[in-house]
Amino acid sequence: MNIKKNIALSDSGYLFNPSSGESFVVNPIGIEIIDLIKQGKSFGDISKNLLQKYNTDEATLEKDYFDFLNMLRINQLINDEEKNN
Amino acid sequence: MEKLRYERPTLKKLEAGMPGKFGMPTSLQPTTHIDGVAVKELIDEYGSPLFVLSEQTIRSTFRKAQRAFSTRYPKVQFAWSYKTNYLSAICNVFHQEGSWAEVVSGFEYDKAIQHGVAGEKIIFNGPDKTEKDLAKAMQNNSLIHIDHLDELYTIIELTDKLNVKPKVAIRVNMDTGIQPMWDRFGFNFENGQAWDALNKIMHTNKMDLVGLHTHIGTFMLSANAYGVAAGKLAELAIGLKQKFNHEIKYIDMGGGFASKNTLKGVLLPGYDISPTFDDYAEAISTALLNANFQQDHLPLLILETGRALIDEAGSLLGTVISNKRLSQGKRTTIVDVGVNLLFTSFWYEHKVTPAQPFSQYSEETTVYGPLCMNIDVLRENINLPLLNKGDHIVVHHVGAYNMTQWMQFITLRPKVVIIDMEGKTHVIRENETQESITSFERMPEYLRKFD
Ligand SMILES: Cc1ncc(COP(=O)(O)O)c(C=O)c1O
Repeated sequence: MNIKKNIALSDSGYLFNPSSGESFVVNPIGIEIIDLIKQGKSFGDISKNLLQKYNTDEATLEKDYFDFLNMLRINQLINDEEKNN
Repeated sequence: MEKLRYERPTLKKLEAGMPGKFGMPTSLQPTTHIDGVAVKELIDEYGSPLFVLSEQTIRSTFRKAQRAFSTRYPKVQFAWSYKTNYLSAICNVFHQEGSWAEVVSGFEYDKAIQHGVAGEKIIFNGPDKTEKDLAKAMQNNSLIHIDHLDELYTIIELTDKLNVKPKVAIRVNMDTGIQPMWDRFGFNFENGQAWDALNKIMHTNKMDLVGLHTHIGTFMLSANAYGVAAGKLAELAIGLKQKFNHEIKYIDMGGGFASKNTLKGVLLPGYDISPTFDDYAEAISTALLNANFQQDHLPLLILETGRALIDEAGSLLGTVISNKRLSQGKRTTIVDVGVNLLFTSFWYEHKVTPAQPFSQYSEETTVYGPLCMNIDVLRENINLPLLNKGDHIVVHHVGAYNMTQWMQFITLRPKVVIIDMEGKTHVIRENETQESITSFERMPEYLRKFD
């Protein structure tokens, strides 16, 4: 699984999907997560990274992470073919 | 290093014609304090949910209304509509401001007496006054507003029994050009019922006809309708003078002014479309001043304004229980404030704001209450900043009808506090407890045991 290659994401969180013409706004923690996914990081790594930085607990983060992933998927911003496990 | 405030990741699709870059109405600000008192501290001290009333807002709203009318008409009297909010402390704020009491049941009547309101300053409205209620009101010299002929005959019988001449008015319903027309209460103007009742009262000579009353509806978005109604009551008053040489003392225009809430199904926010006190006052006073009353014989103008005087002073504080997604991806937020506490969520799109600072990111959300019932929806669709579990919210403009129409259903009713003029808080109604609710129940002996 990875973010589709042609997706453009600006530093301010403006995300554009050229294949559908749709644009989105992503908040800063969303940008971080997309960047980490792009780097090929696993959920375990991402979670550890964010828990160090943000005032929240693992369960909340896990729930929100998979919810976010699901929204990326619903909006066809994720390539599931590269799924390897 | 101190950790950053957590905000859950979001992705929001940008649609054409959205209100701002991030889809957030720019006016949305967190409500961290009410009258200088921190929302978080209120919840820490008194629990969540919590009703909070601002004495400052009550008094300033009342004075605004009083000024709007008294600058346009020489004799004005407000009577607090008890059913809108009859918590004793709230009634007394209005009584301290000079309001009389307007009641619609024996229970409300006794409450006004308990508060120390003089009998002659209690207006008794409504279709259900028992013989006992009427007798009490007659002996106390209260203002009895007759709703139907059966009541009129009961009063006539009582005058003989009690040997008192009661002060009465009739409630008149009429066409003011507004739908729906409230014609189930009182006597109709257009079809002559009102005159029938007035003739009966005058000919029996057993009652002192002191006033004429109407209440044309509630949340009236047209100030003009009040002008029409005031004109029709003035016409009756002048007719009484001509026919019986009888002068009534007051015209009571009832309640019904819109508050600043936004009605469901109305596209524009209440702040933009609700008439102001000045608009209503202008319509009513113009109609009365233009009627043919003799100079110095203008009737007293009574107003039974309810919601417009108290809605804005009330807030309901709550806490986020969970964020969730529905099967189709729709975001939902569950809070501990349900429709059992917020009856008015069936009428209004209540304004909801977070009680803590937030970023500019927002999401389209449905806000659900905590009841395990499908009807428990606070806001079907609201653009809210990202709330975390445990965050607090403030539901605005809930002062009218909620603290009287709320129900004990599934959960217990919370405390109500008032913030006084100095910013000090006082509990004015305790929260219910298991014991306070079950103490009303009785267990028949044979149902006590089971295996
Ligand atoms: C007779 C009468 N007076 C006053 C009121 C108060 O109305 P509102 O809260 O709309 O001002 C009501 C409410 O229905 C009423 O029935």
